[in-house]
Amino acid sequence: MSDNRSFWQRLKGWIDGDEVIIDADKYISTRERKEIAPGEKRVSVEHVRSNNPTLYRVLCVGITLCFIVVMLMVVMDLPMFGDPGSPTNNEVAARYLESGIEETGAINFVAGMILDYRAFDTFGESNVLFMAVVAVLMLLQRDKKNISAVEDKEMAEDEVFDGQDSKIILKKGAKCLAPIVILYGIYVVLNGHLSPGGGFSGGSIIGAGLILYAAANGHKKMQTFFTVKTLTITSVCCLLTYCGCKSYSFFTGANHVGWEVPKGTPGDILSSGFILPLNICVGLVVACTMYGFYALFTKGEI
Amino acid sequence: MEHHVNFVHNIPFFSIFFAMFCGIITPLIKNGRIARRLHGFMVLLVGILSVVLLVNVVQDQETYTFMMGHFPAPWGNELRIGPLEALLAVMVSVVMFLTITAGSDVIFKEIVPEKQNFYFIMLNATFGAMLAMTYTNDIFTGYVFIEILTIASCTLILAKGTKQAIVGTTHYLVFGCVGSGLFLLGVCILYGITGQLLFPQMKEGIALLMATGDYHFALMIVVSLMFVGLGIKSALFPFHSALPTAYGSTLTTSSGILSGLVLKAYIILAIKLVFEVFTVETLVELKIADVMFVLGVLGMVMGSVYAVHESRMKRMLAYSSVAQIGYIFMGIGLGSVAGMLAAIFHVFAHAVTKSMLFVCCGSFVEGAGGKEQLENLKGAAHRNPLAGIAFTVGALSMIGVPLFAGFISKLYFATAALEMTGLRLVLVLAALAISMILNAMYFLPSVIAIWTRPKEEVQKTQISPLFALAMVLFIVVNLVLGIGYRPIIDVMELGIELIQMTL
Repeated sequence: MSDNRSFWQRLKGWIDGDEVIIDADKYISTRERKEIAPGEKRVSVEHVRSNNPTLYRVLCVGITLCFIVVMLMVVMDLPMFGDPGSPTNNEVAARYLESGIEETGAINFVAGMILDYRAFDTFGESNVLFMAVVAVLMLLQRDKKNISAVEDKEMAEDEVFDGQDSKIILKKGAKCLAPIVILYGIYVVLNGHLSPGGGFSGGSIIGAGLILYAAANGHKKMQTFFTVKTLTITSVCCLLTYCGCKSYSFFTGANHVGWEVPKGTPGDILSSGFILPLNICVGLVVACTMYGFYALFTKGEI
Repeated sequence: MEHHVNFVHNIPFFSIFFAMFCGIITPLIKNGRIARRLHGFMVLLVGILSVVLLVNVVQDQETYTFMMGHFPAPWGNELRIGPLEALLAVMVSVVMFLTITAGSDVIFKEIVPEKQNFYFIMLNATFGAMLAMTYTNDIFTGYVFIEILTIASCTLILAKGTKQAIVGTTHYLVFGCVGSGLFLLGVCILYGITGQLLFPQMKEGIALLMATGDYHFALMIVVSLMFVGLGIKSALFPFHSALPTAYGSTLTTSSGILSGLVLKAYIILAIKLVFEVFTVETLVELKIADVMFVLGVLGMVMGSVYAVHESRMKRMLAYSSVAQIGYIFMGIGLGSVAGMLAAIFHVFAHAVTKSMLFVCCGSFVEGAGGKEQLENLKGAAHRNPLAGIAFTVGALSMIGVPLFAGFISKLYFATAALEMTGLRLVLVLAALAISMILNAMYFLPSVIAIWTRPKEEVQKTQISPLFALAMVLFIVVNLVLGIGYRPIIDVMELGIELIQMTL
């Protein structure tokens, strides 16, 4: 090292702080030039990338290829898909298939599985969606730290374009299509326990319908019936309903209290206990999340 | 069927749901201060209930499973509660409560008013997810709550809203996603070869696979994917580079929660997986324990080396976390019960100490007008003597001075190492010694710097009574862990014994 002060002087300087930064930088840079011991993490990724792009790319491809080869080897090792002797064909799947209808009242086994047998996981999943919306709100919602004149100008221009009658085909098309899409989404949600589909798939169809309408008719018009308040209240109410229903059934189930919710006749629309209301809740949360993402990423507000 | 309803047994379920419930209703509360009160009340209530639960399970010396719904083990979700889980829940509640109580001024100062309630949603969700990961007996539930924790922790970093905070969040998010992705891949393959998702059934399945030798390669890859995934999420040494940027750019309360608790939640899940799914023997046989041991030892030394080079206090504390995570993984990698015990104790010691250090650092930086270079913090302890004392206690505990929490965990690491022979013994003792010296090399100068009397007149920072209370309690908890550690160690030993007895 070029520094010829004594150790204690340097230590004192370091405690004082003011000189230490220059010193440390010089120290690191000289050491980097002199010797790069193998295995020592002195070279930063940025350094390698800027000085030696080929090496960086080759390394990236190499690591990815290694990972692909290893994963392919694992897949070769795994049991074949649909193999009757595979470990996944055990008493768990058997009970879901054999007594699923009787125990959950749902003809759609998937709905019975995610909303009754393993409802706790699905509670977590719907919270994930809600947290994601709140996270995006935190990031993108316009506030005093998060605003710029350029954005304001762009938004004003967008509003002018939305107001003009220039997109007549899009607007008319959306006017016809959006209700049908949303209606189909509602059908998928409500029949979640009877046919393939359910809260997650139906909810995303409803969300797609809302996005189509918003894309065609502009943000202003959408705000006449869907604001950030609508989104919050809908999501909160749905999650609270989910939380309440499942608290009830977890509490009664774990303590063996009885008082089970009536299952109804399998096949009827009003059957299978809590699955129908839970599907509606999940569906609404998913729809709000999808539309919320779209609105926040395009406009910075809902 | 006659079944005795024990209401104490419902506490874990109630805690998780109450935390999530508070998270869900917080958007309706527009005022940040009310949201904070709700959060504080929730954590306090859960903490008290967890103590009741802990006393109950320790008295009965029992471990029980709690059925989430009407369906028993391999079909439905389950929680599993023993003394260890209850103790961890108490720890999480205490640290969360003290950190937010001490740091709430920072929250209200740094976040724009209309977004303050979002911050508390995320805190509630973080708390609920950590409880769920502590109690779960199902690997997929574990994964779902890892997702919630990832999103919530990224938002906690983001909350400041500055450009640096967004860059920090991006780094953290990329690492977090890679970690959860690898973990999920591991879960999928593990389900493919065992056909189960609940811990006890998986353990049976893996024992069978190890005995017959089927799917040996797949099992090895699964174990590596899951532990590397959790290692990335808990900032194990070569995967630590997101940490300093993220912690350096955000609120000190967020850094305290993330470093003290969130990193630990992944480690708690890893420890649960070791005991309840893979067993220590399997890990040793598949050589994963060796990998964790080596990375842990490297982390212990390298984290401290980076910290010595750092002149900004928050980043220094972040690198110090990397070193401490190294200790924990080294303990797990020792592959013995004593090593695990030391690792679990270090989870406690580090959670209590690092959150306190971050909160103190926040107070110093605020007093210095937002500058966090050590030179600007000279005399910071004179502005806020209580934070200065707490920082000194924290630093001494990190270095491993007797009477403080950090000493006990180092003592147990050394004891655990003495059971080993040959290279491991030498490596652990050498790493402990080097790491302690390095810890002293960066913590003592900062302690001296904050106590140096500056030339100009110091003006005292206003200390709010809540801050003072939380700081005093933090110091007390640290001393309790450092002096009255015996009962806590006993509970941990009982917990580990009971976990191993199941099955």
